[in-house]
Amino acid sequence: MKKQNLQNVIIKLENVGKYYYMGEEGENVVKALDGISIDVEKGDFVAIMGPSGSGKSTGMNLVGSLDLPSFGEIYLDNENISHLTESELAQVRGKKIGFIFQQFNLISNLTAKENVMLPMLFQETPKEQREEEAENLLGLVDLKDRMDHYPNQLSGGQQQRVAIARALANNPEVVLADEPTGNLDSSTGERVLDFLEKLHKQGTTIVMVTHDPNIAKNHAKTIYSIKDGKIEGVSKNINGKWVKHSVN
Amino acid sequence: MIKDYFFLAVGNLKHRGLRSWLTILGIFIGIAAVVSLISLGAGLKTAVTGQFSTLSVDKLTVQNAGTGFGPPGSTVVEKLNEHDLRLVENVKGVDVVVPRLVRVAKVEYNKELKFNFVADIPSNSKQIDIIYSSLNLETENGRLLKESDKGKVVIGKDIVDEFSKNIEVGKKIVIQRTDFEVIGILKPGSSFQINQVILMPTPDLKELLNIEDEIDIIIAQVENKDKIEEVAKSIEEELRKDRNLDIGEEDFSVQTPIEALGTVNTILNIINLIVIGIAAISLLVGGVGIMNTMYTSVLERTREIGIMKAVGAQNKDILLIFLIESGLLGLIGGIIGAGIGLGLAFGASFVANNALGTNILDVAISFPLIISAILFSLVVGIISGTFPAIQASKLSAVDAIRS
Ligand SMILES: Nc1ncnc2c1ncn2[C@@H]1O[C@H](COP(=O)(O)OP(=O)(O)OP(=O)(O)O)[C@@H](O)[C@H]1O
Ligand SMILES: [Mg+2]
Repeated sequence: MKKQNLQNVIIKLENVGKYYYMGEEGENVVKALDGISIDVEKGDFVAIMGPSGSGKSTGMNLVGSLDLPSFGEIYLDNENISHLTESELAQVRGKKIGFIFQQFNLISNLTAKENVMLPMLFQETPKEQREEEAENLLGLVDLKDRMDHYPNQLSGGQQQRVAIARALANNPEVVLADEPTGNLDSSTGERVLDFLEKLHKQGTTIVMVTHDPNIAKNHAKTIYSIKDGKIEGVSKNINGKWVKHSVN
Repeated sequence: MIKDYFFLAVGNLKHRGLRSWLTILGIFIGIAAVVSLISLGAGLKTAVTGQFSTLSVDKLTVQNAGTGFGPPGSTVVEKLNEHDLRLVENVKGVDVVVPRLVRVAKVEYNKELKFNFVADIPSNSKQIDIIYSSLNLETENGRLLKESDKGKVVIGKDIVDEFSKNIEVGKKIVIQRTDFEVIGILKPGSSFQINQVILMPTPDLKELLNIEDEIDIIIAQVENKDKIEEVAKSIEEELRKDRNLDIGEEDFSVQTPIEALGTVNTILNIINLIVIGIAAISLLVGGVGIMNTMYTSVLERTREIGIMKAVGAQNKDILLIFLIESGLLGLIGGIIGAGIGLGLAFGASFVANNALGTNILDVAISFPLIISAILFSLVVGIISGTFPAIQASKLSAVDAIRS
């Protein structure tokens, strides 16, 4: 595996594209992502904005090693993950990535605690350690008293907080949140965002997709705008001021 | 690890509650059928061969056709008589012949009325010896009938407590309104016919039931037991000639013990084959049921599979979880099926034994049978789950989460 020497870059995309070939003979090409390059620094809080269908989720899935790109190279923590096998990908996302989805995506017949324990199970963490860790994480999102509840016994906001706890289970390098507040009202959403910000302050790198410019501005440090699978603009919050960067 | 997957799988099965049970039902019906019928089949075989083991190898029987193993003399055919007895006696190779009567009579004791088999004991010591030795008759209390006895009977073990007040040696019982003294009680024999019979001297029985020149069964002891089949053929031929019948028209049957046993064994084997066939089909159907449930489960849980992959599950993990689930369906089905099968077997044997009043139909509990039925069910579950599990593990994580 090729190693990159950029100490501070945790996620690096080099001219990454994802094409879907539709129709009987694949005659229609959907260019979900069409050659984007991004460097995400360790500890950054990145917001990705863009209209529906612009390729935000596609990008997240590639970074999260849920999928492989059609072309280009992706580095996660200096490791090229663009050509891994299925089980290597599973290992990478199990160890280094924490996902938070718009639909919470908890497993309905597992309790909150069991949901949080699940990622550690696949890393073969011993049971006692899993339980202890899960309880701590649920404490972090103020849900220790609800740990034996099933998802359908929890509110949307509570479910999303369980999902945050689960995302942190294997102490990941990067937390990827695809519209984490998309299914929540604004005050509940704020609570969830507060937890993400708390993580950010503890040094976790966060990449979050959002539709809402205010959310992006209030919580993120870097904002990427994408449209039709291409990067349209980058702004960085430097000492409280938003500065536009050029797109390379 | 496996233990945790096991708990995950159990959780999933519980979650689908009723549907899991219905799937299990599909498999356990087949297993229950196999276990109960094979357990009973073995019991049936022991029971039936037990009946025949009381026949000695050097004696053959001639009886009216169509009467089978039940009480003879009930069907309307040309009955055997004294003339036939002489005919059989004169066939080359026949040593001694014994005429026998087996009838049903009204028996009264302690003001209760029952119907029982009554068989005769001839008034000829050589014939008596043949009967006693061939049926292994011995008394538990009192003594057996002698040629000089009159107005006396010996009763089978099951008749003792057939009435609300037990019959004892020395008591009087009333048969067809005539008093008889019970002088002996037989030891329980391996054949239920022996346990349920009342033995009385031939003249008494003939008088009691107004029998003149009739014989129900002719027992013929042959001189050389190796020639018994040939002697049987000769007897058949003689009787046919005498009655002017063609081959196939016989209204009587000559049976050698080996022949009888052989027929019964063939029938039992055919029954076993049919049972195994039905069981195989129902297990196949059960397997298809498991496969169907697992496929449905893969479809329903596509998203869940995606989530598990997103949090780090590898293909082999998903495969294992699904295989454990389908294996569990099979295993639980097998265990319940074996239990129910044994229950059914015991139930059937209880009913049969109660109806017949003897322990004729015993259940043979075979641990190898039970273990292999359960293992087989487990294997059916795993095999049925293989394709759905492979399908589940091969799902693309992105597509699964999108669904
Ligand atoms: N598996 C697929 N097959 C075909 N086309 C796909 C597939 N996945 C995504 N696409 C297409 O790729 C494009 C980008 O999709 P993506 O889900 O990344 O958009 P998005 O920016 O997340 O939109 P939204 O804000 O609505 O979630 C869309 O046009 C979509 O139809
Ligand atoms: Mg999206």
